[in-house]
Amino acid sequence: MSHAETHSHDHDHDHKPKGFVKRWLMTTNHKDIGTLYLIFSLAMFILGGALAMIIRLELFQPGLQFVQPDFFNQLTTMHALIMVFGAVMPAFVGFANWMIPIMIGAPDMALPRMNNWSFWILPFAFTMLASTFFMDGGAPAAGWTLYPPLVLQGGQNLAFVVFAIHMLGISSIMGAINVVATIMNMRAPNMGYLKMPLFVWTWLITAFLLIAVMPVFAGAVTMLLTDHYFGTSFFNAAGGGDPVLFQHIFWFFGHPEVYIMILPSFGIISEIIPTFARKPLFGYVSMVYATAGIAFLSFIVWAHHMFSVGMPLGGELFFMYATFLISIPTGVKVFNWVSTMWKGAMTFETPMLFAIAFIILFTIGGFSGLMLAIAPADFQYHDTYFVVAHFHYVLVSGAVFAIIGGVYYWIPKWTGNMYSERLGKIHFWWSTISVNVLFFPQHFLGLAGMPRRIPDYSVQFADWNMWSSIGGFAFGLAQVFFCVIVWRTIKGKGTTKATDRVWEGAKGLEWFIPSPAPHHTFQDGAPVNDKHLAHVSSH
Amino acid sequence: MNKDKSYSSSGLKIFLWVALVLLVNGSALAKSSLNMTQGVTEFSKIAYDLHMIVLWICVVIGVLVFSAMIYSMFAHRKSKGVTAAQFSHSTTAEIIWTIIPIVILIVIAFPSTTALIKMEAPTDNDGKAITMDMTVKVTGYQWKWKYDYLDEGISFLSSLKSDSNIARQIGSGINPATVENYLLDVDNPLVIPVDTNIRILLTANDVIHSWWVPEFGWKRDAIPGFVNEAWTNVKKVGTYRGQCAELCGKDHGFMPVVVNVVSKEDYANWVKLQKGEQKVAAVKNNAQWSKADLISKGKEVYNSQCAACHQTTGKGMPPAFPALDGSAVVNGSIDEQIKTIVFGRKGTAMTAFGGILSESDIAAAITYTRNAWGNTAKDVVQPKDVKKIKNS
Repeated sequence: MSHAETHSHDHDHDHKPKGFVKRWLMTTNHKDIGTLYLIFSLAMFILGGALAMIIRLELFQPGLQFVQPDFFNQLTTMHALIMVFGAVMPAFVGFANWMIPIMIGAPDMALPRMNNWSFWILPFAFTMLASTFFMDGGAPAAGWTLYPPLVLQGGQNLAFVVFAIHMLGISSIMGAINVVATIMNMRAPNMGYLKMPLFVWTWLITAFLLIAVMPVFAGAVTMLLTDHYFGTSFFNAAGGGDPVLFQHIFWFFGHPEVYIMILPSFGIISEIIPTFARKPLFGYVSMVYATAGIAFLSFIVWAHHMFSVGMPLGGELFFMYATFLISIPTGVKVFNWVSTMWKGAMTFETPMLFAIAFIILFTIGGFSGLMLAIAPADFQYHDTYFVVAHFHYVLVSGAVFAIIGGVYYWIPKWTGNMYSERLGKIHFWWSTISVNVLFFPQHFLGLAGMPRRIPDYSVQFADWNMWSSIGGFAFGLAQVFFCVIVWRTIKGKGTTKATDRVWEGAKGLEWFIPSPAPHHTFQDGAPVNDKHLAHVSSH
Repeated sequence: MNKDKSYSSSGLKIFLWVALVLLVNGSALAKSSLNMTQGVTEFSKIAYDLHMIVLWICVVIGVLVFSAMIYSMFAHRKSKGVTAAQFSHSTTAEIIWTIIPIVILIVIAFPSTTALIKMEAPTDNDGKAITMDMTVKVTGYQWKWKYDYLDEGISFLSSLKSDSNIARQIGSGINPATVENYLLDVDNPLVIPVDTNIRILLTANDVIHSWWVPEFGWKRDAIPGFVNEAWTNVKKVGTYRGQCAELCGKDHGFMPVVVNVVSKEDYANWVKLQKGEQKVAAVKNNAQWSKADLISKGKEVYNSQCAACHQTTGKGMPPAFPALDGSAVVNGSIDEQIKTIVFGRKGTAMTAFGGILSESDIAAAITYTRNAWGNTAKDVVQPKDVKKIKNS
């Protein structure tokens, strides 16, 4: 079917529900739900970022100036919970909702009503989580890792935190089931598994990770709940329990969780790089295998977060070697992206700039990850700012940069308006420079001996903390600027109309429907022509 | 044309930025305070060496990969009029860049494995397990350390020194830079002899802590209900400072570790002195004290052990840390208050002080609180009252 036919056909069915409640609260439309997820994620990103600003303000110089130590611990805990479960994960679900059905030629997600419920749980869960700030004793202050016995001292907030986590887990599992059901059952005829865009592949694998580990986390926090309120002793040594058991269970969830936050990023980057290099993705099949390999390995490396807990030698060796192995599939991915760029015909629009920065900065985060895997050296690195620098390189200049790059890449398709390239470039350089001023000095702080999660520090750490805070304020401001850019693009201020194809080098079904994407797409099946696809096994 | 120019300038900026990052990284290594310490034990040197080996391997890989990227960004850009090649895989290349990382990892695995074995299962040159010359038990409390010299029967608490503690309060008006060893000094440091194999047993009384002196090359968690084992042999006399490295609540940032490593002779003298002081403490525990003495000693104990939570004003930080000024417990039955201090309050941050403080210190602190602020009890608690409850 030609492009023109698709266009006119879709318009016949483009009747959006009228009124706010019907359009947004009761929606079962994958695009509207995707939009809700993305807006929610942006709001949480700003909220979590605001907490980080207070943290960096307190750490601007030695001595306590603004917040009490207990409130500081509440800030670091809530910053992490909000960023992980409120900003990064929902952003990827938003991308999945918007793009997966279009990319595989499906009319919608497989389970549209459940899709609505998955989203609408989130605002309630986070309202409950944030309400703990206003309770006696305040918000949870034991870190996002919620280690007992400390977390059990928390007072009233614990029940709220546990229930919020249960709701988030239900939302994530339903979202993941929906993604799996959609990809397995709703691909258009001729859309074989190995023709799917890599973003769809990475999400399929991520969805299995979510289904596997969210129940484990729910189990762990439920045991906290019964220990606190019902007199059990799962983690209470005095009652025959084991506080370290919690750490094993938590990290059995926690390590796959960090890959849940990075695999969809790999997918987004694997869409952006070929488009702007005007060249097919290098090593598509090995990318798929590498993603699956990383997902598998994520289940057998958890105790590398626990080297200093005290483990038998055999355990330390196993987890050290297993962690080493992760760098192999991850390396394959980086080499494949560089090879995709090699001998291409590149242009450097904002999505491409963010993708390139992602590759460089994520790789730096990967390097510090390899260093942390060396158990004898980890006895020094562990729980210092070196670790803080490491995971912020992979999560901020990694996952968040991929999300921002993805927004610039697809926002013309979502809104029908081309964002301002000039503002986008300013946002890119502002973010990239400030994110490095923010996090690079934290490597030095950690190596020089500054522990993480402290509200005040010895004067020898003053200089780099000040630099880090300056970078932090600049980075925070840059993201407010990003909100302005997104707003202007949605409203069509200072923008041009986007073409259907948007990017010269773009391949994949989403670029063969109109911009903005009509409310309903592919209602009568998608015309999958191999010429339109990025990955057709022609080799 | 204009557009092309802006693309090339952004590429240049990427290059300059990466160069700057590498340069900062390079210059950082020149100053030791920005890098990991080489420390004063075999382990700290091992950790440093491994750190440097892997760091340089990463730098080399990074330079190669990023150079290829940067070259490509300049050479393979549309504005140069190139047409994109359409190759999409190369089995040879993919095998090569899978094999090379495997080889590098094996190269890193060897020294890491040797180092771990040395730390966890130490042997001498003949392959026999080495013997430990002495044992120190480290117990983590919110927010102080307790050191027990198991062979000598010496035991004491080590908490943040009061000048740091005063300066770190919000609105103290004291510039941290004017406080010597701000946040890294304690009232009673751990004292150990140089060139001695020391077994260190770690546990905790309330929540998980982590005992860390960077110069010794490791940190190890102190976990309630567990006894963790580590060891060290310090090669150089000196004072070494570290901090608790596992989030342990409100004052996690304020429980430093300070270790004085002294010559073997100085250590022997120090042990003698400590044993003498313990005899004095035993006499104090059996003595009948005057009210004035109890209150003045009690104020000292209260400010170092209780004020972190209950505040010097006795106002506490409700609801987690209740006020003692006007408290029903402090103004109520003496026995109830002694029980609270000696056995703690389950499910709260109130530690059982029975095993931490001497009977005379507990009696003094209780007497002080019952007479301080607006409290009306105004009575006296003697060490023998505490002993009676402790042994009940």
